Formats: sequence, C-alpha cells, structure tokens
Amino acid sequence: MTLDPVILFFLLGLGAGILKADLRLPAAVYELLSVLLLLSIGMKGGMAMSGVPASELVVQLAAVAVMGAVTGLVAFGLLRLSRGLGRSDAASIAAHYGSVSVGTYAVAVAFLAHVDVSFEEYVAAFVVVLEVPAILIGIVLARGARPEGGWRALAGEVFLGKSVVLLLGGLLIGLIAGPVGLEGISPLFFDAFKGILALFLLEMGLVAATQLGAIRRHGLFVLGFALVMPLIGAVIGAGFALVMGLSLGGALLLTTLGASASYIAAPAAMRMAVPEANPGLSLTASLAITFPFNVLVGIPLYFRILQAVWPTAGG
Amino acid sequence: MQRKLLTIITEASLERRLIAGIKQRGAHGYTITEAYGEGSRGVRESGFEKAGNIRVEVVCDSSVAERIANWLREHYYRDYAMILFLQDVEVMRPEKF
Repeated sequence: MTLDPVILFFLLGLGAGILKADLRLPAAVYELLSVLLLLSIGMKGGMAMSGVPASELVVQLAAVAVMGAVTGLVAFGLLRLSRGLGRSDAASIAAHYGSVSVGTYAVAVAFLAHVDVSFEEYVAAFVVVLEVPAILIGIVLARGARPEGGWRALAGEVFLGKSVVLLLGGLLIGLIAGPVGLEGISPLFFDAFKGILALFLLEMGLVAATQLGAIRRHGLFVLGFALVMPLIGAVIGAGFALVMGLSLGGALLLTTLGASASYIAAPAAMRMAVPEANPGLSLTASLAITFPFNVLVGIPLYFRILQAVWPTAGG
Repeated sequence: MQRKLLTIITEASLERRLIAGIKQRGAHGYTITEAYGEGSRGVRESGFEKAGNIRVEVVCDSSVAERIANWLREHYYRDYAMILFLQDVEVMRPEKF
C-alpha cells in the first residue's frame, strides 16, 4: 500500500515547521481551505441523505450523539486519574476528545478513496452531531449548570460556530440541490477535494510543529493521554459502528471520528464557557499529538484491524 | 477637544462579548484590527483560527473609558490574555464621541 500524497503534504508542513522554515500560509487562505472542506463534506453527506429512510437516519444520529457523550465521559474519567490536573482542565480536555476533528475525518475519507473502499456518504451528518454533545458535557463537568456568561450566550457560540454552520449548511444544500443540481460546482468542491485537503494538511503540519514545543511544558501525562485516548475512542467508535451495522468504510470513518479530537469547535466554546481551563493544554494535546498520530499512524492502523475483523469485510 | 482613547489588546475569541459590553457601557463606536505579538501568556499568533489577538480601540469620554476598564478588569483579567491602556487624544468633532 503506497502512502497517500496528502500525508506527504502534512509531513512537509511538519518538517518545515520544525526546521523553522520561512513558510506560512496567510490566515485568510487557511480560513478559505477549511470553509471549502467543511462545505464539501457537508454537501456530500446531504446528497447521500436523500437516499436513506428518515426513521433509520434519526436512530443512527441519536446513537452517534450518545457516542459523543460516552467518549467525553470516558476521557474525563481517565484524566481525573492525574493528580496534577484540575477539574476544569480535565473537563475541557474531555470536551475536545469527545468532540471530533473534521480535518481527521477528511483524511480518512481520502484514505478510503486511496484504498478503493466505499462507505455510506451520509456519515458526514454524524460529524455535525458528534461536535456538540461532548462540549456540553465538558461545560457541565467543569462548572455544573453555570457556564461563564450564561447558556444563552454560549448556545450562540456552540451552535453558530463556523464548523457547525458550514457542515449543517452544506448538508442542507446537498439535500436540497441533489447530485444533478450540484454538478455545476462540483469541480471546485468535489473534484478539487484532495488538492484542497493537501494544502490544508500542509498548514496543519506547520501549526502542529509550532505546538510541539509546548508538549515538554505540559508533561508526560498529557502526552500519554493524547496517545492512548485516540485508541480508546477508536474502540468506542468501532463498537457503535458494529451495532449500527455500518460497512467497512463507514466503520473506519466512525472509528476515526471516535479517535479524533476537536481543534476548532471545542477550543472556541471552552475558552468562553470555562475560561479558567488552560487552553494551551487541550490544544497541544489535540493538535500537536492526537491529530498527527491519527493522520500518520491511527487511520492506517484502524483500517488494518477493521479489515481483519469486520463482518462484511470479505464481500 | 479632549477625549480618551482606550486600547484593548486581547484574545480574538472575546470579540463578540467585548463589542456587546463596550456598547452597553456607553461607547458610540469602536475599531478592531487583528494583531499578534508576545507577552506573559506566550506568543500569540493570528495564523490559526481564533488563537490570535485583536486590538480594540474606543474613543470616548473619560467616564465611559473608566466604566469599560473596570468591567474588563473584573471579568477578564484573571483568565484571559489582555492588556489595556488609556491615552488623551484631541478630536475635531466631540459630539461624535
């Protein structure tokens, strides 16, 4: 199995960042790339949703919401084993790990295309649902029912964050317009998907590299957690995929989502709702350790294991 | 005519709450620019998402400036990267501020 070229872009960014090369994408470019990725993932999911019975979809979405909450709670339990970590920090990190990373999801989608395995396209809808529950749980774990600034201000920040709005918006556009309607814009959003992802990963490599130095500051426990939690999340995701009867491809995506940690929606929400938690801690764990781990090691590893054990893998 | 220029440099994620709070305390306007730099909370770059800083400038009379400054000190100093300073400025159209 050859290495997917998008991974090489990530390595390029990581290497350039570590060597402190004179390379930096303008903030607006990163912004545009992430907007394109979110919309394209959303629209793909929306187009596929019209072919799925609504009742089945609702059950699956509910199951996935439970999965997000479970992952967040397990992460919190694990983090509380450390004496050095306060309750707010543990709750904030748990929210990051219960929530998901769209970038990691996109890499898994590219991986499936690379190994030529199909998947249920409507899994994209799961991404939206998975973003939110763990954030809410993290807030409650840290502050009881009293987030900083009140629930009303917070709801705006959680539900009107960029990732939720664009994913949900993309889903609706895909659902309304359908494959035929979207033909005109498919060169930008679908044909160019891997190119956009490659550039996005270049920037992610650079960002991860700038965060690497912080690992030493935060100690071994956070490093260990950021490597172990993806594996636990992956097992949770695979378990839900099995119960939900997903195909091998769908199972890899849900497993990857379980393993991934948020670095867009969760940091923004936790910064506002639980300001006393150290934002550097959770961002270093999710961005500098878990994201590279999943992209470089996790996704191929999950795939190999799933391929060996998945009931429908033979077909 | 003398007015105060209040400058706040803080985390970009606070933008929405700051705007609401500043207006509520009597400011007639504000100007926001993206910013980056380094301070007691480390390097704050504007490259990634909302990890960067913003600079909020408000021209107002001294009582409004004081109200805003007190509110910020009480609510945000402890947990957020934030600095704030006041300057005297001359304005041509005092009724605007």
